[in-house]
Amino acid sequence: MTATDDRRLISALSVLSVPAPPDLAERIVAHWAYVEGPTVDVYVAFSNAGISSVVPAPSVSGAGEFARAFRHRFGRPLLAADGPPDGVGEALRTGSALDLRFDLSGRTLFEQDVLGTALEIPPGEVRPYSWIAHRINRPRAVRAVGTALGHNPVPVLIPCHRVIRSDGDMGQYGFGRGLKRQLLDGEGVDVDLVLSMVRQGANYVGDDAGRVVCMPTCHRMLSVGGERRRGFRSLAEAKAEGYRPCPSCRPAGR
Amino acid sequence: MYAVPTSTACPAPGPLPPDKVLQSEVPASEVDAVFMTLFEEHRDRVYSTALRLTGRRHDAEDLVAEAFLRAYRSLSGFDHERLETLQPRAWLTAIVVNQWRNQRRTASRRPATVSSNAFPDADHVDVLPGVEHRVEVHADGDRLAAMLVGLPERQRIAVVLRYIGDLPVGEVAEVMGCPTGTVKSLISRGLARLRPGEPGAGIREATDGGALR
Repeated sequence: MTATDDRRLISALSVLSVPAPPDLAERIVAHWAYVEGPTVDVYVAFSNAGISSVVPAPSVSGAGEFARAFRHRFGRPLLAADGPPDGVGEALRTGSALDLRFDLSGRTLFEQDVLGTALEIPPGEVRPYSWIAHRINRPRAVRAVGTALGHNPVPVLIPCHRVIRSDGDMGQYGFGRGLKRQLLDGEGVDVDLVLSMVRQGANYVGDDAGRVVCMPTCHRMLSVGGERRRGFRSLAEAKAEGYRPCPSCRPAGR
Repeated sequence: MYAVPTSTACPAPGPLPPDKVLQSEVPASEVDAVFMTLFEEHRDRVYSTALRLTGRRHDAEDLVAEAFLRAYRSLSGFDHERLETLQPRAWLTAIVVNQWRNQRRTASRRPATVSSNAFPDADHVDVLPGVEHRVEVHADGDRLAAMLVGLPERQRIAVVLRYIGDLPVGEVAEVMGCPTGTVKSLISRGLARLRPGEPGAGIREATDGGALR
């Protein structure tokens, strides 16, 4: 073979160099934005894959600390964005983030199930940890549900603050019980009333006229007068008396 | 050094150290700036290298994204001196090549039915004629790209790094952890197989790529 052949071959090879796909950077780099909310402002980190991190602003000293923690936890660069992803501001205002895209790729399937179920809790309502455990068909994993919620990488948007204990205690919150209380107050949850009901054994509330049993904070109950309400300790008790589970709040548990 | 220990034969690189994000004296924002410069400057080269090693766009994109993330995590642990003396071209290429070889070894340890379907890599088909048609090739439908993927592993790495990655022979040798003479010989044997009209060029080989198998 001649040197000319090789030169021709080498120039043919060099043509095989191509530009990287334009979205390559998005697979590597995340962006951050500061978003104001009705109760608390948050730092949000995101990429094409979705929102991967949310931190309430008061819990860090500033953007620098948020970015450091993000890089440490996720091991990827974090650049300032022009603005948050579409819908984040609205989700904070309305309390519903069902339309947002989250990147939970670093989480286990169990954690993803727990977080996905917590996402369905409407603003203004709360659920016990055991409700999530039942909804994901892991009724005995109540403690693990608590742990998974404690590691929620996107708090406030995925509303783990709407999950409380079944024994009349509000339960922990990664950013302090004070903030949990503030968020619930901001959404119009009467925390003291809910907790006192639970302490009195009313884990579920039935509408005597409609023969429907709900979680205590279900929106349906707002239009039901006190005289028509009936507390139940367990779901089985309510069902035994002919109450059917509310299709809206989908009571689940013992 | 990023190169693996040298000997006259090209040894298989050992497993990469686990990802670590070390606390460094270099502020993270500075690391991000260094990384982004590096990314902008080298992404096309690194992507082309990965594409011609794997032969498949999708695999190449995964490989490159993973390699750049590894690079970022390493950079985060570097001190100023290490950042300043870094030779990014060879360093990034070494990360891609090591990552690719690790993936191939993992894939080759899987049950044959899985690996031959999920990883229709040339190594599994290159004893058959017509490998060119089995490999997903970039838009210009290039026969040459398919033949590259049919080369034995070390020849493929040497040729791709030299002529697609545009690395000087010395840097190819550093990345591969072998003497320049060995690299030159791998390149010349690789090119010989790629020459048009070479009988059975690129599809026959199953003998001298055996270092890893």
